[in-house]
Parts: sequence; C-alpha cells; structure tokens
Amino acid sequence: MIGIIRYGAGNIFSLTAALERLGIAYGMVNTEADLAQYDRYIIPGVGHAGAAMDKLENSGLVPAIKALQKPTLGICVGMQLLTSYSEEGDSDLLDIFPIKTLKFAGSPDHKVPHTGWNRVYPEKENPLFQDIPLGSHFYFVHSYFIEYDNSYTLAATDYSIKFSASIWRDNFYGVQFHPEKSGVYGETLLTNFSKF
Amino acid sequence: MLAKRIIPCLDVKDGRTVKGVNFVDLRDAGDPVELAWNYSRQGADELVFLDITATHERRKTMVELVKSVARQINIPFTIGGGINEIADADALLNAGADKISINSAAVRNPALIDELAKAFGVQFVVIAVDTRLNNGINTVHLNGGRIPTEKETLSWILEAESRGAGEILLTSMDHDGTKAGFDNGLLKKVNDAVNIPVIASGGAGSVQHFIDVFEQTNVDAALAASVFHYGEILIPDLKDILRGRNIEVR
Repeated sequence: MIGIIRYGAGNIFSLTAALERLGIAYGMVNTEADLAQYDRYIIPGVGHAGAAMDKLENSGLVPAIKALQKPTLGICVGMQLLTSYSEEGDSDLLDIFPIKTLKFAGSPDHKVPHTGWNRVYPEKENPLFQDIPLGSHFYFVHSYFIEYDNSYTLAATDYSIKFSASIWRDNFYGVQFHPEKSGVYGETLLTNFSKF
Repeated sequence: MLAKRIIPCLDVKDGRTVKGVNFVDLRDAGDPVELAWNYSRQGADELVFLDITATHERRKTMVELVKSVARQINIPFTIGGGINEIADADALLNAGADKISINSAAVRNPALIDELAKAFGVQFVVIAVDTRLNNGINTVHLNGGRIPTEKETLSWILEAESRGAGEILLTSMDHDGTKAGFDNGLLKKVNDAVNIPVIASGGAGSVQHFIDVFEQTNVDAALAASVFHYGEILIPDLKDILRGRNIEVR
C-alpha cells in the first residue's frame, strides 16, 4: 500500500482520485510512526519549493524520509524537494539527489510557466516507464526545473533546454509532470510504481 | 516540443451543461462529467467549465461539480465564473481544480490577481479577458461583452501578467459565435507581447481556423465550444490534420 506523505503542501484530491480510479490502495503518513504501515511512498507537492521545504521540516519527517529504503516517488515540487537546492526561495532541500532545481529563463517561444503536454524520453531501463512509448506526452505545469544529469536523469524533456522530467537514485524516484493529470500514460506510470 | 492544446469549453448552470451539446452516444447530454469524460477519451488536452449559476448556492454546486470531474477525468481542467475571492479559489483548489479563471472580479479589483498568485502560485491563475472593438480600440468588456470598461485590452493583459497571471484566456466578442475564425491579428499582438501562455477563444468554425490561429499567431492553445459540442469538428480528426501541417499536438 502507498503511503502519501502529508506535510501541508498543496491539494492531493486529484492524486487520491487517480489512485482510487486505478484501484491502488493508499493511506496517509502524518508522523514517522505511520511510515511502517506502507511498502512505498509518494511525496506530493505544488506551489513554492522553499515554502514546501519549510513545511516538510516542520512536520519532523525529514530525517525519516532521507533514511527511507522503500520505493519513494516525488511528484512535481515533491520531486524538487529531493534535490539539493532550489532557486525558488534560494532554498536548501533534502539533498537525496546532489543536483539543483533552477528557474526557466523564459522567452516568447518558451513561456513560463512551462504549461501543457510535452514529450518525455526515458533514457534508462526502469520499470517506472514500462509500457509507456518513448516520447509520450505528459502534463507539465512548472516554472522551475531539475537540471539534466547523466547519473540521475531517468527521463528527459526539452523545453528550451533539456531537463529532468524524471529522476532515479536507488529507491528514490521523481517526476516533474503530473501523472494524475496525464491521461492514460500517467495512469500507467502510477500503476507501474504501485507494482514495484 | 510543447504540444498546442485543444480545449473544449462547457457552460454549466446549477451543475448541468446548458447549451449546445449534441453528442451521439451520450446517455445524458446535460451531465458535465459524462461530457468531460467523452472529451478526454477523444483526446482533448484540457477542459474549461464556465459556471453561469446565479444563485447563493453557486459555490457549493461548483465544488460538487469539480469534485465529480476530478474523480473521473485524467486531464487538467479550469473552472471559471463567479470567482470573487480567495475563499472561492481555495474551495475549488481543494476540490481538485487545476486552475481557476477570473474575469470581472480581476477587472474590478486587480489586486485579487496578486493575492491569488501569492496564495496558490501563478500556475493556478488564468485571467480571462473578453475584448471587443470600441471606436476602433480593443477594449475589455464585462458581462459577456455587454459592458465596456475603460481598459484597453493589451495594456490590461500586460498588467495582469505583471500582477501574477499564469495564463491568458482571450475571447474576442466580435468573433465569438460568428464561426468566421479567431481574431488572429489581436491574438498575435498579445501573444508576442507576453511571456505567459495564451489561449485563443472566439470564432472557431472550421479546422482551417485552428490551423490559422496556430500558424499565424503561435498561441499555446485554442478553445471552442459549439463546433465540438455539435460534432462539427471531431478532436481526433482535428489533431490528425494539425499533425499533417507539422503543428505539434498530443
């Protein structure tokens, strides 16, 4: 069963609705003691990365999250929290991935926020993207991105530059897009994660 | 490459779809959730629900609608109509709305844009602008184009952007309902002037109009209602033709 880390950063109605549609069992993690009940975790998050990190620290869950051994998926800002630093709020983050979250420069051809459906290209073999064709579209809405990195980028997307649409290190995963809003392939990705 | 978005717009009153829906195979053409589900299956990239309920129960009916949509639809959607304060937006966000669209309330109180962007992030805040030519000047109008304001359209859009709008939904009231094509001249001017996404609205009558708006203005998305509701344009066919013109679509 998936434990959703509750730390007050954003609405999770759409995420839980997607899990319910897919018949994936989930519960909520409010305290460290709740972690043991679950065999995998999702860290959701929307809004400001610095503010989200403050909330996560206030929850007291940071040391336990950094020590997690079970599959853990960060979504959107929940993924950015896994990196070392964000330009949003000049914030130090969890540093599970030693890479940074940066702001899109923005231009008339590449507006910010990066809003809409863009193509995602997995670059490594991983069950997270099983049964999802190369270059499938996923729904993004974000102004900050995780830099591309040979070691940690699991899937890449181009938007004026190549950035990390998905990252992977050991049991930790992240996706910048919103699988719960990304049509059939988004649902496939959530199902894949539930079966690790 | 980021795909150009195709967005059907549904008018809703008291939780029911109110106009222009003539789908075959639909059990209940007045059920916005069933209609939304159909559009998502056809390949719509996003949906806009425009609530025209004018009762005290409106927030409650909107929240119920949003929850039903969020439970069943796997694409993003925007809710517009009657959002006047932070509490309205907060209720809709928690019910699963991806974005809210603000029109008159922002014109009357521009600082609302700043407040919404600060509270929920710019990605949540769509500013809808209804424009109509008034003595040759594109002018912001309220109440479905009936009431002109003092605001010139482009300068209002730039102000909205600077205050924290994450996207502009621009409807030409001169083109709306004509099925004669989008207002490509104005759309290009606006799209070139801002650094946030622009959704074109008003005037879609044929596939060629979608080709024109994307090729001539480079807007991010095109919205239409009746051509989709009456089945005059089917989204899979529209996307095939756009793809054939090398316009990136999902």
